[in-house]
Amino acid sequence: MVEPPIIEVRDLTISYDGQPALRDIALDIHRHEIFGIIGPANSGKTSFLRALNRMDGFNPGMEVRGSIRLNGKDINDWRNVYALRSRIGVVLPLPVGLPMTVYDNVAFSPRLRGIRKRAELDEVVERCLTRAALWDEVKDRLDSLGSLLSGGQQQRLTIARALSQEPELLLLDEFSIAVDPVTTMRIEDVLRELRSELTIVLVTNLVQQARRLADRTAFFLMGEMVDIGITEDLFEGKVRDERTTGYIEGRFG
Amino acid sequence: MDRRDLAWYVDRVAQALVFVGGISAIIFILGIFVFVTKEGLDFVLGALDPGEFFTSIAWRPTSNNPTYGALALMVGTASVTGFAMLFSVPLSLGAALYIGEFATGKTREALKILVEMLAAIPSVVWGFVGMSIMNPLIIETFDVPVGLGVLNAGLILGLMAAPIMTTIAEDALKAVPDTYREAAEALGATRWEVIRRVVIPASKNGLLAAVLLGVGRGFGETMAVLMASGHAINLPTSPFDSVRALTATIAAELGDTVYGSNHYGALFTLGIFLFLVTFIINLTADVVVRGIRKK
Repeated sequence: MVEPPIIEVRDLTISYDGQPALRDIALDIHRHEIFGIIGPANSGKTSFLRALNRMDGFNPGMEVRGSIRLNGKDINDWRNVYALRSRIGVVLPLPVGLPMTVYDNVAFSPRLRGIRKRAELDEVVERCLTRAALWDEVKDRLDSLGSLLSGGQQQRLTIARALSQEPELLLLDEFSIAVDPVTTMRIEDVLRELRSELTIVLVTNLVQQARRLADRTAFFLMGEMVDIGITEDLFEGKVRDERTTGYIEGRFG
Repeated sequence: MDRRDLAWYVDRVAQALVFVGGISAIIFILGIFVFVTKEGLDFVLGALDPGEFFTSIAWRPTSNNPTYGALALMVGTASVTGFAMLFSVPLSLGAALYIGEFATGKTREALKILVEMLAAIPSVVWGFVGMSIMNPLIIETFDVPVGLGVLNAGLILGLMAAPIMTTIAEDALKAVPDTYREAAEALGATRWEVIRRVVIPASKNGLLAAVLLGVGRGFGETMAVLMASGHAINLPTSPFDSVRALTATIAAELGDTVYGSNHYGALFTLGIFLFLVTFIINLTADVVVRGIRKK
């Protein structure tokens, strides 16, 4: 029996002040897969992620049409948008350490869920930081400000924070922009391990990163989904559209 | 002369002008302090009895046997300011949170303009409101003989200080980057949780500075307090009692004094005291604000 997809997107059109940024997207994201989205800048990748957890309110003028279903339920039917967002972890291109200690950053979401006991919080913080490959580096400075960590550490801190939500879905938007190659590889290992527990949507500028990580990949270009398929198929030339091969091989973009 | 030489001269002149502008602020502050101190110094060193000044309520500068007890005036200023802060601090912080965090688009712009207009109302107009509107209102509502007192002056002063506190507090909230709000909301925090757990902790120094500036405004306000407080020397025991403020005493009496007399010196001593208190309040606010910028 095939499990129903965790995310079903139909007729999704996103526009800014009437200018469409993404047109007529239809795709499914399966449970426990890493779903890659590649494409050059301004092709609508980030807009797509923002629509998934209804962060469109932060961009005045951003309009989302069509339907997005999470576990079969339209995300606009969630009256409590905060409950929806708490099930979706987000990692942004540039890490945003909340202005608080490393510990409090990771304990933020558990505390919102009502966890108060120090021992329980300690356990969550250690587990999330360990899974984000950061624990060994920060375990002696949990009480220092998160913003004092290096860029790569801060990015792993935001990953730990996203994991502390115990999300079903993890959205990563070009997480490796501010991270050195070694750390990038470590985070990629972490993501591969996480696949058994949750579903990951990975937006990336790096075509090879999609190849290394994603089970399936979609190619967005200028607001359209040009291609979608098993990642290896795309890389081996089994494409719907020649432009996909062109982008993958670096001929434009 | 070459084009670049001209630019160099213009640069020198511009720098000199800006320097004069900047340094003049320091000169004026020092000048005022020196002047006020000089006028009051003879009295402070001569006729002033510090024990009487700080502990007696007998302010009788024109009596045959003059006494200069300023306690009632200090308590008057403190009680009016304290009462004003009691309701205007929550009001202003609430207004700033609404304008900064919830209001959008036209509502927000309209509110900001209105708050700034409120700050521009002359204090004598506020005093007039206190005398002719609040006074009968208080008499009628609470069934008291006089409506000019701590309550009236406190309400008026609170309304006067609120726009400044609101504006500064809103600036402090605006200094918190939106990325924090976004990140916290993406973690599932509600708007209120974001405000309580992220925005307020991140802007608490700015908010404190706003409150201290409001307190400074309260201490220094003269005309409205003179008109709304009843201007009676009295240690208040209820909000309806009339009081007299330090500032109002100086404004009301200075014109009737002989230059260089003890009365004249005593009023300047009140001025020195006020100056020191407001200076300390403003300095504290400034240090606190600097504290945030360093982070």
